[in-house]
Amino acid sequence: MRFELTPRASVSPVMRALAPVAAFITAFLIAGFVIWLMGRSPIAAFDVYVLQPLSDPWALQELLVKATPLALIAIGLSYCFRANLWNIGAEGQYVIGAVLGSWLALKTHGTEAGSWVLPLMLLLGIIGGALYGLIPAFLKTRFGVNEILTSLMLVYVAQLILDYLVRGPWRDPKGFNFPQSVTFDPSATLHPILEGGRVHYGAVFAIIAVLLTAVILGRTLFGYRLKLTGDAPRAARFAGFSSRSTTMAVFAISGGLAGLAGISEVSGQIGQLQPSISPGYGFTAITVAFLGRLNPIGILIAALVVALTFIGGESAQIMLKLPLDLTQAFQGILLLCVLAADALVSYRIRFVTRGGGK
Amino acid sequence: MKPDVSSSGPPLVELQGISKRYGDLLANDGIDLAIEPGEIHALLGENGAGKSTLVKILYGVIEPSAGKIRWEGRPVSIGSPVEARNLGLGMVFQHFSLFDELTVAENIAVALSDDWSLSTVRSKLGEISHTYGLALDADRAVWTLSAGERQRIEIVRCLLQNPRLLILDEPTSVLTPQEAEHLFATLDRLSAEGCSILYISHKLEEVRRLCRRATILRAGRVVATIDPRAKSAREIAALMVGNEVGEVRSDALHQVQGEMLKVSHLSIPPAGLHGQALRDIDLVARAGEVVGIAGVAGNGQSELFAALSGERLADRPDAIVIAGKPSGTFGIDARRRLGAAFVPEERLGHAAAPSHRLSENTLISHAAAEVSRSGFILVDAAKRLARSIVQSFDVRTPEGDPQARKLSGGNLQKFVIGREIIRKPKLIVVDQPTWGVDAGAARLIRQALVDLARAGSAVVVVSQDLDELFEVADRMAVIHQGRLSPLRPVGQWTREAIGLEMLGVAQAQGDAHAL
Repeated sequence: MRFELTPRASVSPVMRALAPVAAFITAFLIAGFVIWLMGRSPIAAFDVYVLQPLSDPWALQELLVKATPLALIAIGLSYCFRANLWNIGAEGQYVIGAVLGSWLALKTHGTEAGSWVLPLMLLLGIIGGALYGLIPAFLKTRFGVNEILTSLMLVYVAQLILDYLVRGPWRDPKGFNFPQSVTFDPSATLHPILEGGRVHYGAVFAIIAVLLTAVILGRTLFGYRLKLTGDAPRAARFAGFSSRSTTMAVFAISGGLAGLAGISEVSGQIGQLQPSISPGYGFTAITVAFLGRLNPIGILIAALVVALTFIGGESAQIMLKLPLDLTQAFQGILLLCVLAADALVSYRIRFVTRGGGK
Repeated sequence: MKPDVSSSGPPLVELQGISKRYGDLLANDGIDLAIEPGEIHALLGENGAGKSTLVKILYGVIEPSAGKIRWEGRPVSIGSPVEARNLGLGMVFQHFSLFDELTVAENIAVALSDDWSLSTVRSKLGEISHTYGLALDADRAVWTLSAGERQRIEIVRCLLQNPRLLILDEPTSVLTPQEAEHLFATLDRLSAEGCSILYISHKLEEVRRLCRRATILRAGRVVATIDPRAKSAREIAALMVGNEVGEVRSDALHQVQGEMLKVSHLSIPPAGLHGQALRDIDLVARAGEVVGIAGVAGNGQSELFAALSGERLADRPDAIVIAGKPSGTFGIDARRRLGAAFVPEERLGHAAAPSHRLSENTLISHAAAEVSRSGFILVDAAKRLARSIVQSFDVRTPEGDPQARKLSGGNLQKFVIGREIIRKPKLIVVDQPTWGVDAGAARLIRQALVDLARAGSAVVVVSQDLDELFEVADRMAVIHQGRLSPLRPVGQWTREAIGLEMLGVAQAQGDAHAL
């Protein structure tokens, strides 16, 4: 016996809307089962993962802090994914954006440099990420190299570059040999939106990116070009859209937004360069982009939900002694459930028994 | 000779009240159909009339919502193609399912059950080829074969399983007239031996040549079961379409003006391993005329289309001159701006994006025109444009602005052709304008192309349907292995002459391999 997916004649909009909800419930049930297997109470875990962060003002701020880079990167990735191009290297573009932007912060460190430093840093962050994103795009369009492999491998290159810089040339001489740079000057720091708060202006960038993207994807020829390239590549060629320039454009955009996320995080959150500046935002953002169904508003919501699992995961580690890996596992389960739910909205499973009355 | 369709004994297969519902759509509505042993029975109908649904039900691909199937009088349920084959059904699909890299024998062996070894297949293949005159070399790789030969593989594959009923779906769409005649002889022979045949076609002449009974479907119901020899082609077409089908009108006297398209010495290497090269092509299309390009599928038609449209570029600008401008190295968009329009063969995925709404699909060829301004889509203008195409070209849509894939083949083809004609192009190049399209839509499309030419545009029609070309074209050429024969007025061509060109004149004279 085998089973096959047959397309449903009509897809109900109610089912399509409810699919993510069903996916979440299923993911929580599976995760609960895993936690139960590990000998902890699933109910207590649910409380720590979901309810406590949502009822604690500090945790709510933290939620926005973590959702900011996720949303920025995922919005960028949605450009690529819509055009059926697979940028898996946002993590590397994030790192290179942070490195190039930080270069200016370190250059101007201790000088009287004025308010122009921060905007220029952000710009350098975008440029750094975009250029780094263009490497796999160039290799793909020029030599036909698979962009999944190159973009992924370039993540490790970027991380090693960062590692080298903070241990070598950019190390703080007064830092007791810790592998980190000097702390950025106030002129190189992205400030919190509210005095004394934790949420910095990166959150505003994310909102702007969401709104701009909603207009670009929905209302412009460029947005249609991406959709057509993704849905019917031959028709896109027939429309006169060159796949080469589409590839370059989407990798530059997604790289640029990842770079902006990187420099915002370093100048707004961390305040200096160190070997690790991301808990894997660039990879998790792939999940976020698909959870949000590549829709800008959906991505914003998905970023908040996934940020919750980060925070919940941290407190679960402390309070329930659950490993941090469980958080990543849960994010994976969630993505699978969402993809499965989407598939089941459009297809139904049919069991086929091997026939034949011979 | 065929055995008489006798009333003694039950029919080989009998469909009773077969219905199939997809949501709101009733694709088959209480269909009754009986096929006698040894009978060649035609199934006629427009696209979307329910022919393929019915055949898929019979072959066990889909399940009917209601109705019964009797096999030799005994009720059966056919749950899968495997069960269908075990009962004695064989099916030759319109699109071949063959592996290009494997040999003929290997292709047959993979489709059969495990108890067939390659050597038994090989010896049986020789036997069947010999008995039915289906010449096939067991060790040739499929990619070296013509469409006619590939079809023979599919037929032999069915015959190896000793079918009682053979279903053929539009089998002659890829054949030359000579190959088609050969196929008919094989079918006559099978029928004389008692194998029943269900023959699906929209080519009326063939049906009248082969069949004594034809069941005509319209909108999912049986409208008539007739003897096709007792009715004229016009009468049968009227039954299929539901109203009188007119012929394409074309004024005998018309003026031919300047050259809108001039192709000279165009050569392009093949795109892939099995692609066809274009060799030294010369072609002129003048304003006011329809130029027809005949040929068997796979002889360079799609390559020629890609070269004319600019999806593939020539190496020098003057290889293709559009409206007086050397544009061999221009992309498709630049050619459109010179007043050219293009309609590719594939409706879904090439001419139109299946999951996009019709209004979005207008953007594909109108991007630079009225539906956008400074990079922004004018959504209302796009909707208005889609609506006016739908109205002017009688496109039947299930809702106001449906996704392209929700349209039947004929209606989508009317849409993609209308989308180009509505721009009033100076030159239009259409590849297979009525491929898989119902008679009513085909007539509308042909009329629209002829009218466009008479209004002063140059029209190039690439088609495998000779009837169509004789109907619309003023001048015609044949493409064979990437070479184009000289263009001649239609009156100077005979079917035989075209058939010989299609096979390559040299081959037909000396080499006996082709048939």
